[in-house]
Amino acid sequence: MTKAIEVSKLTKSYGEIEAVRGIDFEVAAGETFGFLGPNGAGKSTTIKILCTLAEPTSGTARVAGHDVVSERDTVRRNIGLVFQETTLDNYLTGEQNLRFHADLYGVPKAAFAPRLRQVLEMVGLWDRRASAVSTYSGGMQRRLEIARGLLHAPRVLFLDEPTVGLDPQTRSSIWEYINGLKKREDITIFLTTHYMDEAENCDRIAIIDHGKIVAIDTPEALKASIGKDRVQISTADDEAAARALAETFSIDSGLHEGLVTFSVESGEHFVPRLFASLPVAIRSVSVSRPSLDDVFMSYTGKTIRDAEASVGDRNRRLATRFGRR
Amino acid sequence: MAQDIAPQDTLEAEELALTATIRVAVPERSLRHDLRAVSMVWRRELIRFRSDRLRAITALIQPVLFLFILGTGLSRLASHGLPAGVDFRTFIYPGVLAMSVLFTAIFSAASIVWDREFGFLREMLVAPVRRWAIVVGKCLGGATVATFQGIIFLALAGVAHVPYSPTLLLVLAGELLLLSFTLTAFGVMMAARIKQIQAFMALTQMTVMPLFFLSGALYPLNGLPGWLTVLTRIDPLTYVVSPMRDAVFSHLSVSPLAAAALSPGITWFGWVVPVGLSLTIVAVMGAAMLGIGIAEFRKTE
Repeated sequence: MTKAIEVSKLTKSYGEIEAVRGIDFEVAAGETFGFLGPNGAGKSTTIKILCTLAEPTSGTARVAGHDVVSERDTVRRNIGLVFQETTLDNYLTGEQNLRFHADLYGVPKAAFAPRLRQVLEMVGLWDRRASAVSTYSGGMQRRLEIARGLLHAPRVLFLDEPTVGLDPQTRSSIWEYINGLKKREDITIFLTTHYMDEAENCDRIAIIDHGKIVAIDTPEALKASIGKDRVQISTADDEAAARALAETFSIDSGLHEGLVTFSVESGEHFVPRLFASLPVAIRSVSVSRPSLDDVFMSYTGKTIRDAEASVGDRNRRLATRFGRR
Repeated sequence: MAQDIAPQDTLEAEELALTATIRVAVPERSLRHDLRAVSMVWRRELIRFRSDRLRAITALIQPVLFLFILGTGLSRLASHGLPAGVDFRTFIYPGVLAMSVLFTAIFSAASIVWDREFGFLREMLVAPVRRWAIVVGKCLGGATVATFQGIIFLALAGVAHVPYSPTLLLVLAGELLLLSFTLTAFGVMMAARIKQIQAFMALTQMTVMPLFFLSGALYPLNGLPGWLTVLTRIDPLTYVVSPMRDAVFSHLSVSPLAAAALSPGITWFGWVVPVGLSLTIVAVMGAAMLGIGIAEFRKTE
């Protein structure tokens, strides 16, 4: 099997800030591969390097068999991009935006018309092709961008946070299109997300935190690797509860999203023992099977929302220290 | 150039579209491909101009005010300095004509700043085309749109008693095109550096008015105080306004003496700069600024 993406010892620093600190991974052709991590973990920097928008500080990356630095143009011809922020021309119609793209990428003129129809039908926008993009909803714009990214039949499609800023219904409809696309097009998809539920759609995911890959496998294997259930309790005195958990059961717990959270094997059997021996009143209990959230937590020691809050803090501190640049 | 599909007729193409994936092979980069990108960037400017009629109308307001309000208001006062039979509005017409493309040309370069803000610039910069293709397309597009704008104002020539002679109109349109190209190149050069639209607008305001006032659009270039003489000769706009006025006066029936007084041409220490050299200076400046613009865009990620 040929590799769609090969990354080796990749690093990227911006001044003294190390955004990516030595990552290695491979993506097989035809795979849907997700980069999961909080904002600021290095996802966007990695995708920028793979798309030839930024040069690595050290290490190498090959996309569709070509080096992203020395064969930049060849890489560009073979990839499709959908950015986090929209990059459409609102004054033009959907079709004009795609025609512009076809000219920029040198799509053969004879192939343009049928391909235009195909990609627009794939994302359900064929009927709206003559309307100005400014009249499209957020979800329609995102779909048009996906169609545009596919127009020149790239071998690898990059989706940077494809559903960020969209409402839940639109998010799931975008995913229907992406999943449908995997069946119709012979394509490798590389995407980044910080939504756990979306990562479930990937064949394999890499969890990235502080510029490093901490785990990489199929979602099922990652969840199975934890083997424990997650228990969250709300108590009258969380600190006392945490102390008691440590003393009585030797369980490390943490306070996440206002709840005492810990992992145990077969949680439903543990809960009765917990009620019997905890000295503080318990207000509520929830037991859940491992989710990618737990995977993330077990590899990084925090939930993804905690991680984003701390990145926010760090960025604010950096901003105060260096002033605005 | 690999091309896996050659639809025999539309029906077959439609069937293909509905069934199999259409194979599209993006060809190796070539000059032809870059030129196709130039033409697309150029056409996009035209499409946007066409869909924005309000802009075309508002851009006309300022020159119309200058020609008919300022021009008419001052003509009684100015008539003492003008030979009999020459209207003040005829005198300022070439300068105001140049003004009619000033804002449009520089503002069409501002669309680069907009494109950056709204992300579309990224779509262009990540494509497998040479940067020069995008910058050249933008300059040609801006120049075309601004020239259209100028031609609308050219239609009002008769009101300023400028004859509708075909050769005169052709010469003026050609000079407008040259001016528009240079101004757009100037705008593109600035847009490569300036990332905020507000800053760009402020800088435009700051540059455009001095350019206009120093160009001799509203007064003859001879007999000025030394400092103003120097400033007018530095202003690139002077090198278009003077040839345009020269063209207009050569089509008027005025005495050679009066023509020489009102349209003396540009002099460097007493030497009269020929029209050809004057226009060459403008073209070279435009090409140089375009080159700087391309170099700047090569540097951006």
